[in-house]
Amino acid sequence: MSSIKCECGHLNPEGTDICQNCGRPLSTEEKSKKLADMRYDGAAIRSKTHKRTVVDKIWNFFSSVKIGVSIIIAILVASAIGTILPQVFYIPGGGANEAQTARYYEDNYGIFGQIYNALGLSDLYGSWWFMTLVGMLGISLVVVSLDRGIPLYKSLKNQRIDRHPSFLKRQRLYGEGQVDDPDAVMKKAAEKLKSQRYNIREKNGAMLAEKGRWARWGPYVNHLGLILFLFGVMLRALPGFYVDESMWIREGETLAVKGAPGLYLENKGFTFDVYTQENTDEVFSEAIDRVGSVASNYQTDVALYETPEGELPGSTNADLVKEYSIVVNKPLKHEGFHIFQMDFKLDELSAMTFALENKETGESLGELTVNLDDPQKEYDLGNGAKVELLDYYPDFSGFEDGEPQTATPVPNNPAFLFKMITPEAPDGETSFVAIRQTLEPLGENTYKLAFQKADTRDVSGLTIRKDKTIPVIVLGGVIFMIGVVQGSYFNHRRFWIRKSDDGKIQVAGHTSKNWVALQRELDAVTEYAGLPAYTDQRDKEEQTDKPEGDSNS
Amino acid sequence: MSKQQEREKKRKRQQIIRTAILAVLAIAIVYTIVVNVTKDEDIVKVGDTAPDFELVDLEGNTHRLSDYRGEGVFLNFWGTWCGPCKKEMPHMEKYFNEFEDDGVNILAVNISESDLKVQSFANTYGLTFPIVIDKTNSVRDAYNVRPLPTTFLVGPDGKVKKIIETEMSEQEIKSYMESIMPS
Repeated sequence: MSSIKCECGHLNPEGTDICQNCGRPLSTEEKSKKLADMRYDGAAIRSKTHKRTVVDKIWNFFSSVKIGVSIIIAILVASAIGTILPQVFYIPGGGANEAQTARYYEDNYGIFGQIYNALGLSDLYGSWWFMTLVGMLGISLVVVSLDRGIPLYKSLKNQRIDRHPSFLKRQRLYGEGQVDDPDAVMKKAAEKLKSQRYNIREKNGAMLAEKGRWARWGPYVNHLGLILFLFGVMLRALPGFYVDESMWIREGETLAVKGAPGLYLENKGFTFDVYTQENTDEVFSEAIDRVGSVASNYQTDVALYETPEGELPGSTNADLVKEYSIVVNKPLKHEGFHIFQMDFKLDELSAMTFALENKETGESLGELTVNLDDPQKEYDLGNGAKVELLDYYPDFSGFEDGEPQTATPVPNNPAFLFKMITPEAPDGETSFVAIRQTLEPLGENTYKLAFQKADTRDVSGLTIRKDKTIPVIVLGGVIFMIGVVQGSYFNHRRFWIRKSDDGKIQVAGHTSKNWVALQRELDAVTEYAGLPAYTDQRDKEEQTDKPEGDSNS
Repeated sequence: MSKQQEREKKRKRQQIIRTAILAVLAIAIVYTIVVNVTKDEDIVKVGDTAPDFELVDLEGNTHRLSDYRGEGVFLNFWGTWCGPCKKEMPHMEKYFNEFEDDGVNILAVNISESDLKVQSFANTYGLTFPIVIDKTNSVRDAYNVRPLPTTFLVGPDGKVKKIIETEMSEQEIKSYMESIMPS
């Protein structure tokens, strides 16, 4: 492996810009510059040191900041495209049925929607290529951090105190001049720098004053936070870490909690309240005047049950865990599960009451109430009158081959096939009763079932969430912010002061950020210790130079 | 020279570390993608042991899936309102009668409908195989059944042999039932 030998005798790895020992420029590119490239302190970033095997090639690819930025831009663009049309999980059916999904996009967004869906953009965030991009960003973060962070750390840890005069000359803040008593000047300078909380090291008539080195780790702390964040998101894919389901539950129903095996929920009642002019303060009256009503509460009173360990699905053996009123933003919490109030449907039919009436006289033989959840075979009205329910069609959609059909199991449009047994017709009369429609398929009847009233109930829409990754994601976010603060609000400042035997003193200064503050500090030291005057050597056209390389991404 | 060797050794170590880091990251990413892309489909996959459950039929008898171990179970999820279910049920009845004595059972799981509705359906089509009702949807969730009808063919070893999410023809029903016959 090739290496670069410096004039001082130090062997530097290939790709080194500035001798890691004395500070002389090594590469031709570096030599041609007037100012030293202090990014990574001139150390060879790892990817530059050798490029031979496939692993090295992959490593080098990901270590490129250009590639990293390109990946970030690609993710941003893709994420933006994903917001043009609603994603599948927001459309009715949630994308469970492909044909239905395709139809939805075509019907609602025309040709564009069709193409959008066909390209897989309708489920962009769940697509393999989007996840690959995010994964590549993760690799890039890890590789870049190791590739640049480790050499920088080593370089700063092992930095030499007595750098070569040429190194000092090539710093942005530089001054040199004769002084009467170099030793006294150096001593006073050290004194002043110490009071400015600099860490002073001296060797061979050279001094290195340094503070805030830890600010240089900011970007790597920041990357660590991001990597943790991505790791947290990745954990969601593992079973048991993340649940996000929704379910509808009618008042009075007991259903298994989706995504939470062994848990059952009973809906004991749904409440939907509004503010009215009577029950509220002044504040809402204007809004109420404008929109008619303002919701004040959505609430589902529930009982949560849990089956004992080892009990099978379908078993009715469950113990009450607790009763709770789920209100918006006050979810029911149990074993990491949060059950939220999300949606509701008011007034679904739950029961219908009919009177058995003589069509001619209008005389009633009694009433019967059919519970649409649990209709009975027979309703005995006494006095020799009874009604048999032959069949029930919750969502009557018409006849097919003379047979009544139901479109869904939801009681949207209930229809009944009754047999009425009365003293006048002991063999029974058949009547088909639907809303606003009565058929007498087997001939004229003497009796009819007259609709009396309907009972309704509400349906509550709940969302079930469990997310064990939150602590990891929060920790990642906190570390990320610490890194940002560390790298942005603190600077790594260094001064090099060197005396030569002929009474000449050289002084050079460098900072990762905030040159104004560095100059102010140097001004104070110069004045106090009588150092030679310095100048800012940066060319005017370089004023727009980017700040020190390791900026936060 | 020894310095050269040392460098070479260091380089080799670095190679190994790089390879390991890249491999770990790649495995994590590929795993995440595979799990994410395939997840919404199959809680129960072909080859898995069919989740056990316990449901009550129209006569009040409790059926537990694991009690059928050693025999094939034609596990059919259905609803009275679903058109394809109406078409395939009579065929299922026919082959149930044919294969019942050969150790092939049918368990028809209705998704939370009323007893009356399910009973009238069974009467209309003259169904004699056990029909159980999943009142709380817990069995449906355990199998993550979405379209109706969905049929799981459970072999004598209790493993899922095939999952059918469409309507089955008479011929298909026959061959499916033969496929789970204990040998």
